Amino acid sequence: MADIPFIARGFHGRRPSAAPGRLPPGQYETRDFPVLSAGPTPHTPLTSWHFTVRDGSGHAKQWSWYELQALPRETPTVDIHCVTKWSKFDTRWEGVSVDTLLHAAHEAGVSEQPYVVAFCDGGYTTNLPLADVTGGKAWVAFGYDGGALPPEHGGPARLLVPHLYFWKSAKWIRGLRLVPRDEPGFWEQLGYHDRGDPWREQRYQGDP
Amino acid sequence: MIREDAAAPRLEWRVARVVDVFDETPRARTLVLDVPQWPGHRAGQHVDVRLVAADGYQAQRSYSIASPPEDAHVSLTVERLGDGEVSPYLCDVLRPGDGVEVRGPIGGYFVWDVSRPGPVLLVGGGSGIVPLMAMLRHRARAIAAVREHAPVRLLYSARTLADIIYGDEIARLADDPGVRAAITLTREADPTWSGYRRRVDRAMLEEAGWPAADAPLAFVCGPTPLVESVATLLVELGFDPARIKTERFGPTG
Repeated sequence: MADIPFIARGFHGRRPSAAPGRLPPGQYETRDFPVLSAGPTPHTPLTSWHFTVRDGSGHAKQWSWYELQALPRETPTVDIHCVTKWSKFDTRWEGVSVDTLLHAAHEAGVSEQPYVVAFCDGGYTTNLPLADVTGGKAWVAFGYDGGALPPEHGGPARLLVPHLYFWKSAKWIRGLRLVPRDEPGFWEQLGYHDRGDPWREQRYQGDP
Repeated sequence: MIREDAAAPRLEWRVARVVDVFDETPRARTLVLDVPQWPGHRAGQHVDVRLVAADGYQAQRSYSIASPPEDAHVSLTVERLGDGEVSPYLCDVLRPGDGVEVRGPIGGYFVWDVSRPGPVLLVGGGSGIVPLMAMLRHRARAIAAVREHAPVRLLYSARTLADIIYGDEIARLADDPGVRAAITLTREADPTWSGYRRRVDRAMLEEAGWPAADAPLAFVCGPTPLVESVATLLVELGFDPARIKTERFGPTG
């Protein structure tokens, strides 16, 4: 029965109003912005907040909140897809491209590695291939919909990797660790997929 | 940490057979499912449900498991959302004998095992009671010598008297000396209602919960405003943030 769908008697469904091809398989569109997190919302004062990119050999580059704010900003408008099945279209963000941060980090001596682990206030981590956070595909976002990113949505800053399921867009991010091998993060150790491509429906470990 | 079991088995879709359906409240229905080769679950986990229409159109949602791991069947309690796509089908169309696709169990964080000693605080809002009920039922199945090391306090917020899910069973479970349950109604309460009549607040958590000094493990599940507020209050009361596990229900229609 693995991949042969079972037809649900009498189910017709509510067809998405979205343009065809915009909704990944198994997703539905929501206009809300649901909140999902594993624990309490952390509140770190901006004066003691900093963002760090480091490798395993002790090299690191660090920015204070104010230094991060001074970097060149981008304002991506993107669709986001949560593994809990909702998708939200045309979300507007403001942040710094991960490319910008990694470039500065490498100039400061941080070595290049094929994988990254995002780490966060509250202890959350998530793993990503470097290729998924470079090339203009990922940001450290601190603005949402024209205002500051609210704490429950990951403020002061969260990772934004819209082409992967949204748990990869780690809330309350405090840095990136560059690592030689893929190291499963918080949800990934609990059964969620290491890459999480919504178009391939990579929700859980073992999904193709 | 590097995981060694790189070849994790895929969570397969399985066609579960509906064994029974019954209404818990005017808006919530329990589905009792017989899932072939169910691998077992832990209290607090959920499943994905997939509905496929004849033309291949599909919709998926996640639902918490209400039944304890000890049950042979898997029960889901689904809240019917008026403008929903999947919940009205599950609540109004599905009947005993039908098949429905599920895969799981999913989620390894918002879980509890009775053999883990120490006090537990459960705070649920609306249908957020469902995974907490799996925990209470799981506890009730343990022998007394195990149960007594895992005392539980439940604080459950519902809108009205009619919206209380599992009300009678919660009352029965609270006969156990290790279970204390409090219910608060946030919208309207019958004049005879003797429980709380307001949103969960700090005083209520202090009264119905555990002192932070007891280092309880807390599970908070419900709509985002409740979870945000309760988790923040617990941190303010001195709970260890690492011991507050939350599950937030978005609008999963």
